[in-house]
Amino acid sequence: MIANSFEYSAPGSLKEALALVADGAKPLAGGMSLIPMMKLRLANPEHLVDIGRLAELNYIREENGSIHIGASVTHYDIETSPLLMGKCPLLAETASYIGDIQVRNRGTLGGSVAHADPSADYPAALQALEAQIVLTSAEETRTISAEEFFVDTFTTALEEGEIVTEIIVPIDAGLTGTSYQKFLQPASGFAIVGVAARVRQAEGKFSMVRVGVTGLSGNSYRATRVEAALDGKDANDENIRAAAALVASGQDSSSDLHASAEYRAHLAVAYAARALRSALSRSA
Amino acid sequence: MRTINVSVNGKPYSHEVEPRMLLTHYLREVIGLTGTHMGCETSLCGACTIEMDGKAVKSCTIFAVQADGASILTVEGLAAADGKLHPIQEAYWNEHALQCGFCTPGMIMITKQILERNPNPSEHEIREGLDGNLCRCTGYQHIVNAVKAAAKATV
Repeated sequence: MIANSFEYSAPGSLKEALALVADGAKPLAGGMSLIPMMKLRLANPEHLVDIGRLAELNYIREENGSIHIGASVTHYDIETSPLLMGKCPLLAETASYIGDIQVRNRGTLGGSVAHADPSADYPAALQALEAQIVLTSAEETRTISAEEFFVDTFTTALEEGEIVTEIIVPIDAGLTGTSYQKFLQPASGFAIVGVAARVRQAEGKFSMVRVGVTGLSGNSYRATRVEAALDGKDANDENIRAAAALVASGQDSSSDLHASAEYRAHLAVAYAARALRSALSRSA
Repeated sequence: MRTINVSVNGKPYSHEVEPRMLLTHYLREVIGLTGTHMGCETSLCGACTIEMDGKAVKSCTIFAVQADGASILTVEGLAAADGKLHPIQEAYWNEHALQCGFCTPGMIMITKQILERNPNPSEHEIREGLDGNLCRCTGYQHIVNAVKAAAKATV
């Protein structure tokens, strides 16, 4: 399968890349989502600007109590980053579940986030982490929450001329534990349902609960009903099971040949409970 | 058209290519190294796996222009100059890890990456590592055996 013809630019700086994007060029990072779409001619960009090799976007660093990750960091580098494994293990764990070795070697955090596949893994973790997404155009830089960023299926808050340049994730203090649990579609490796949980306990009670969900519906979301049901409650399995039952409520569950809407909702409940249990066990 | 400079199996090449040319096509049709196979063309089967700057990648999902400046290793680059097979190739041979052989170049290239990152993998880790490579003949058991044998041979 051959893509339509296009022009290709590989600028040496972010500034030059943003100027090309302002003129309508489409950014190409690892290409793990865009190139398959171009080969199927579902995407037909006339001009690609390769940001995958910009050293300016390839970093993972700690700054003011958060971890800042450049958009062109690969899944493999996230999965194996000592900084992330130590201080934001949820993101490293989530990256390890993506696709296969070859895809993780090449695909990037920024590219996956900008693509906003409703079955992608990162959105669940980024929702649960209350991550910040940095968007940059030739004129300005703005930072928005993951919740605001993921608008709908393959739809984000990116405006014309903007690209994702950085993702900021928190470093949790105290007795915090996280976990990503995924039911995958075995052929593609995508999540039929994926749930990321992030909990903190104090004196045997949940003092903070965040739950991010991917795959269930057309967009990732924070399961705020589950969070509210656990807030301040005793950190035990009974409360987890009762709260997890709310994970799909209010959501328009997707249906396809891999899983009916009903089955997906059932999976979401089971995997929310698993993720919460696992996160709780890691929080002590 | 765009000029790219790449090193393939230690040899430098320079060619003008169309930006939409896939790296697999460049390796097979421009350079003439047909050991890298084009299977599914949808980045699922892994037959086109090569190493680019030390990382196993699916060359059907990379444009040749993205490889400009890269150092590439294909299955042809594994054996020694005198024809002596690489220990992973030996292991595939000895363990009968192929029937039709179509997936084998990709399997061997991903095996190299698995063992570089984890010289002594468990069976589960081997199967996880092979996740991006499909074989339609063997049922995988002999491939897993070959990876184990190669791990023993290279440790």
